[in-house]
Amino acid sequence: MSQYILRRLMIAIPSLLGISVVLFVVLALAPGDPFSELATNPNVPPEVQAALRTKFGLDDPIYLRYLHWLAAMAQGDWGFSFVSRINVDTLILQRLPTTLYVIGSAQLLALLIAIPVGVYAATRPYSLFDQLANTFAFIGFSLPTFFTGILFILVFSVKLDWLPFVYTDVPGSGIPWLLEMIRQAIMPVMVLGLFQAASMTRFVRSAMLDVIRLDYVTAARAKGLGQAKVIVKHVMRNAMIPVVTLIALQMPAVFGGAIVTEQIFRIPGIGSLLISSILANDTPVVMAVTFVFACLVVLFNLIADVLYGWLDPRISFR
Amino acid sequence: MFDNNLRGMIDDVRDGRMDRRAFVKRMIAVGLTAPLANQILAIGGVAMAQSPNPYKPTKRGGGGPLKLLWWQGPTLLNPHFATGTKDQDGSRIFYEPLASWDVDGHLNPILAAEIPSIQNGGLAADAKSVVWKLKPGVKWHDGKPFSADDVVFTWEYASDPATAAVSSATYAGMTVEKVDDLAVRIKFKDPTPFWANAFVGAYGCIIPKHLFAEFKGGKSREASTNLKPVGTGPYKFIEFKPGDLIRGEINQDYHMANRPYFDTIEMKGGGDAVSAARAVIQTGEYDFAWNIQVEDEVLLRLEKGGKGKTLYAVGGDIEFIAINFTDPNTEVDGERSSMKTKHPILSDPRVRQALALLVDRESIKKVIYGRAGRATANYLNGPEEFVSKNTKWEFSVEKASALLEEAGWKAGSDGIREKDGKKLKLLYQTSINGPRQKTQAIVKQACQKAGIDVELKSVVASVFFSSDVANPDTYSHFYADIEMFQIPMTQPDPALHMRRYHSRNVATKENKWQGPNFPRWVNKDFDAAVDAADTETDPIKRADLYIKCNDLMWQDTVMIPVMHRLAVEACSNTVRPALSGWANQTDNLQDWYRET
Repeated sequence: MSQYILRRLMIAIPSLLGISVVLFVVLALAPGDPFSELATNPNVPPEVQAALRTKFGLDDPIYLRYLHWLAAMAQGDWGFSFVSRINVDTLILQRLPTTLYVIGSAQLLALLIAIPVGVYAATRPYSLFDQLANTFAFIGFSLPTFFTGILFILVFSVKLDWLPFVYTDVPGSGIPWLLEMIRQAIMPVMVLGLFQAASMTRFVRSAMLDVIRLDYVTAARAKGLGQAKVIVKHVMRNAMIPVVTLIALQMPAVFGGAIVTEQIFRIPGIGSLLISSILANDTPVVMAVTFVFACLVVLFNLIADVLYGWLDPRISFR
Repeated sequence: MFDNNLRGMIDDVRDGRMDRRAFVKRMIAVGLTAPLANQILAIGGVAMAQSPNPYKPTKRGGGGPLKLLWWQGPTLLNPHFATGTKDQDGSRIFYEPLASWDVDGHLNPILAAEIPSIQNGGLAADAKSVVWKLKPGVKWHDGKPFSADDVVFTWEYASDPATAAVSSATYAGMTVEKVDDLAVRIKFKDPTPFWANAFVGAYGCIIPKHLFAEFKGGKSREASTNLKPVGTGPYKFIEFKPGDLIRGEINQDYHMANRPYFDTIEMKGGGDAVSAARAVIQTGEYDFAWNIQVEDEVLLRLEKGGKGKTLYAVGGDIEFIAINFTDPNTEVDGERSSMKTKHPILSDPRVRQALALLVDRESIKKVIYGRAGRATANYLNGPEEFVSKNTKWEFSVEKASALLEEAGWKAGSDGIREKDGKKLKLLYQTSINGPRQKTQAIVKQACQKAGIDVELKSVVASVFFSSDVANPDTYSHFYADIEMFQIPMTQPDPALHMRRYHSRNVATKENKWQGPNFPRWVNKDFDAAVDAADTETDPIKRADLYIKCNDLMWQDTVMIPVMHRLAVEACSNTVRPALSGWANQTDNLQDWYRET
């Protein structure tokens, strides 16, 4: 087992290097520079813009820039943002708690809805409940979050005036602060959570249906076990194996943020950092966020594989 | 005659025979603007009126929070690194210049004790030096006293090329010396009629010497104060998250009486302009939102029964179509649009005039800009005293067709005009931006009616405005026949605005396309007028020179002005901001209050 993990980690190194080369080259080839805002300002002569390009090494050849970046990254230096002129790791760490809170809550909400609904629907296939759950699931994952987000804003903020639609760091502490933090997170968490829940419900339901028809389940019922015990102890345990993998593979997204939803609700998370850095051509930040994301995907893939083996001992590591 | 009258009136004001308000009124009556009139008085030896913004509160603080929404959040808080206006706005909460531009475009003393004038001995008659007297007793947020050393240091810091400050040009061509603890003298290399550039407005913010002294030059990025500003401003720094949030609290030691009004300030970033307008006008979650570039129709709908309204500040920002005087399709020594070529179609003035006749400014205003635009024939739209009354514009497909006919462009079988077997075809480029693409469509339609085939091209803004030498799609390469964008006027003086088009500033491969004269227009009279205006100390003659520059551009159809654009902000019905079209939105933040 430990040998297997070690081998997987060793294989991860070249693939991460490959990913970093591709990312870097694509970003370097993308046109534009972070100082374009200066262009039309009559107070700033173009030489200033050019001097900044030189100072930040944007005029060096790509391979040199890549080697610089790699050498720095290997020593734990993530570089600094051209736009904010501060270290990229500071910038990312500032955004991480919000992302974890909002996206994490959304994932949790998705699970809390998807598992009971999916399981219950699978025990009574084609019943009224199942039909309703299916219909809502289809609607849920057909509607993009930018649509539901704006719809929620129009209904709950503009018409009803119940919830704020600008997410911001509220100063203070104590119960009122906690309530405010929850209040402003309701809409984004609902939008993201319901979207996730929709596809996950479908997944849980089909995983359950696959298992529920197996002979051992019939045998368990024949033994005279109650419905609840059969479903929870015998069916769910096996049906959840692929679901656990799915959840593990979605974990990087919790760190990566949700670009569209964060933009709509002005959530200061990693997703909005990424999109504003892309728009501003702030290469070091884009590079760091995407690369960290790539590392997380590789890592959670490994975790998923290990978990899979642990849950299902028939799978062996070689 | 006007000239003589004016001189007489200036003397009247100086000797107390006429009151300054009457003078300004009379100037406005003859078409000059208030700021111009005041500048005239200053140069004529009359001290500028101290005209603070209206301010009602009678005590400091007690106003609760002020919540600002900037849909592009500030990304750094050092005013001398501020790449965009958003960064200037954010820095300005904490840092202050010697003077700001107030609502009417007057200089409003902030850290200065008074505005320099010839009368108070601040301005030299030859316009080669200025003495600024500083307000006594001002303290930095950390309690250290503010003095002339800080002002001198700011100049040293910004003008050091190794610092790579974006404000470096503002502080070039001058030296700054300490007269005493509360006075500095700026010495200009050449006579500088517009002396109020350094230490005024966004790039004029003074930074504390005791915190930045070690970080001048190459080490400028390492200063921790870059992220935790310590200024003299009305609000003290609490927290900053780049691109997301700035928080500040009231500065109880602020140097102006009864100011500021609000106890805390929050500037939130992110999102888009429409939802920012919604958060202020419709739901009232925020008090003020910046730069609401939203279709007027949408704003009008939001404003119905809303909690806020839109505000418009008039400055000199101009949206225009520039014409290429060189040939973008012929390559000479590895360079297209080379000065060695002439544009095969557009070098004929009749074709350029025809194009100007095909820009339907009325429709563009009606459909796109609404209250945020004013149709104009001038490239230079402010301040009033510099605005030409000699120009006019019109939209007429017939007249344009007649001009093209006269120039030898005859209608071809497919409706597109041709001459010597060549089609009348133009490439029209701009940056990607909703209003711009709509304007392109309106212009293209009119051109088609007149038999011009217009090909549209839109480039992502970050590419269009980049200084990337290798990228052919930037506005300064100008590898197209005509192009459209906006040039803002960041101060109430046309010097920088007009100097761009001097023939020595032509953008070429040799200067890596850094020359700001991108139409590559060369006109000896224009050069002479700009050169003369640069050192002309008589404000009236100087204004005449700039009007002449504007008229030359109009006669030669170098630029086709599309829209004189106003700054649009969304503001709560109860907040009274002090805004100026000549400055950043936060330039007079100390005077903001809430009507209760």
